[in-house]
Amino acid sequence: MADTIVDRAERDAQAVANAKQTRIPTVVVDDVHIVYKVHGAAAGKGSATSALNRLISRKRSPAITEVHAVRGISFTAYKGEAVGLIGSNGSGKSTMLSAIAGLLPTERGGIYTDGQPSLLGVNAALMDDLTGERNVVLGCLAMGMSPAEVKARYQEIVDFSGINEKGEFINLPMRTYSSGMAARLRFSIAAAKTHDVLLIDEALSTGDQAFQRRSEARIRELRKEAGTVFLVSHNNNAIRDTCERTIWIETGELIMDGPTDEVVGMYERGERP
Amino acid sequence: MSTVSETINLSAPGGVDAGLSQKQLADKYGLKVSGARPGIVAYTKELWGRRHFIVAFATARLVAQYTTAKLGQVWQVVTPLLNCAVFYLVFGLILHNRDIPYYIAWLCTGVFIFQFTQSAVQAGTRAISDNLWLIRALHFPRACMPIAFTVIQLQQLLISMVVLVVIVLCSGIPIGITWLLVIPALLLQFGFNTGLSLIMARIGSKTSDMSQLMPFVLRTWMYLSGVMYSIQGNTNTWSWPFRLIMTINPASVFMELIRHALAPVIYSHHTKNHQTMPHHLWYIALGWCVVSIVFGYIYFWKAEEEYGRG
Repeated sequence: MADTIVDRAERDAQAVANAKQTRIPTVVVDDVHIVYKVHGAAAGKGSATSALNRLISRKRSPAITEVHAVRGISFTAYKGEAVGLIGSNGSGKSTMLSAIAGLLPTERGGIYTDGQPSLLGVNAALMDDLTGERNVVLGCLAMGMSPAEVKARYQEIVDFSGINEKGEFINLPMRTYSSGMAARLRFSIAAAKTHDVLLIDEALSTGDQAFQRRSEARIRELRKEAGTVFLVSHNNNAIRDTCERTIWIETGELIMDGPTDEVVGMYERGERP
Repeated sequence: MSTVSETINLSAPGGVDAGLSQKQLADKYGLKVSGARPGIVAYTKELWGRRHFIVAFATARLVAQYTTAKLGQVWQVVTPLLNCAVFYLVFGLILHNRDIPYYIAWLCTGVFIFQFTQSAVQAGTRAISDNLWLIRALHFPRACMPIAFTVIQLQQLLISMVVLVVIVLCSGIPIGITWLLVIPALLLQFGFNTGLSLIMARIGSKTSDMSQLMPFVLRTWMYLSGVMYSIQGNTNTWSWPFRLIMTINPASVFMELIRHALAPVIYSHHTKNHQTMPHHLWYIALGWCVVSIVFGYIYFWKAEEEYGRG
């Protein structure tokens, strides 16, 4: 997208200028808290007598641990924006995306969106025991395509994934694929559809160089068609190239929200605002 | 909040919207709560739109299930046959159940039909918790999962039915026009199972202990359902409320309907020790099917937005 640093600076300045205008919001996140309940986390307290005791005394099982993954995050994203989410492992970025997609219920606060956002995750569901071909069909159907649409898109998806470049791999079970190949196929399936609000989780870091270029191009296309794009990635260059705005999350709290170069710069230098 | 992001805040609304709160902004532009539960009509439409996914998912799971077992799909036939063999050993040979004519056909029908409901309940209980990865990755009506698992059980039952037909023919029961009744009976049972599976899916998604408890509940249900004995023959002396409960028990209703359809000779007056078929069984079966689907569907839909939490 932005080839040089000057271009990026211009883009960020444009974003700042736009912020003064009236913009159409597409995603509103209002003081959101997300809590996971994890079963069987605390070991050692699982004896039958203690379990019975808990039943009788109606106390909560210690084996259920609550993980407060997102603690009171608020922001608004607007039409035409590409927003990057950064932060260290386990900071709550992916959880935030799942919640925006409506896949994880919030404990408190509200997430309001324009239409149904789609989460494009490389970890999306596929079955290892089935052939790549069956997985393509199944994935497309799950996204709500009709069988006719799936038929029409099938070849395009397989070509994009590049799975067949080294022989007829598409007819083999997915457990025979390398992890890179599997990730490529998953991304190709998910990217086959256009979305109003698109949430991308780590998609750019998978696959070889050639595929990364293809997928970046595809994301730009999707962004043109989509209203708003969110991108979670540990690859800061991918964020810099794709997003003009970046949100930095740490331990479930919002650290910084602003133009990409500024936020990513601070993040890389390890500075805190 | 930092001083930097306060000076250039990309999040705050600009222009005429400046100063609106998050909630006010969302209301002004008509944004909807993400992942909110749709109304029951919209939900049904969405579910209908995924019908191809349900069938494709069920077929894929059925194929994938046995790919790692050497004998593969053979187990689908062998498992119910082994079950029948065990019951025949205990109830037919050791306990000498000779009151029922064509006992092997009677027993096998019971085992296969009960198995259909039993496996639908078991699969339903785990439908959400075992597929959390799918539910957290993609947006689709969650009812797809328990329904798909019931479809898997139906596909498995159809394989078992072929075995059953062979058993029935080998017992010397002729092919008859009543065999056609098997189809509506199985459809009603499929409907009943779907509703039950939806109910169990919601319970199982909240209470992970359910899958430990279910084997005992199901075994009790099986022994109460007259899989290996005749309910009409054994409850004659009971007081009417108990007899009624035993008769309208859905598992025995479906079993009795299929037995009557496949082997009417067991109920024929010309047969020694013939069995009697309770009245109004078709209506009771239809009632169970409707009640189960309606209640199960609404009950499952009520918690639609919460299944991702696990």
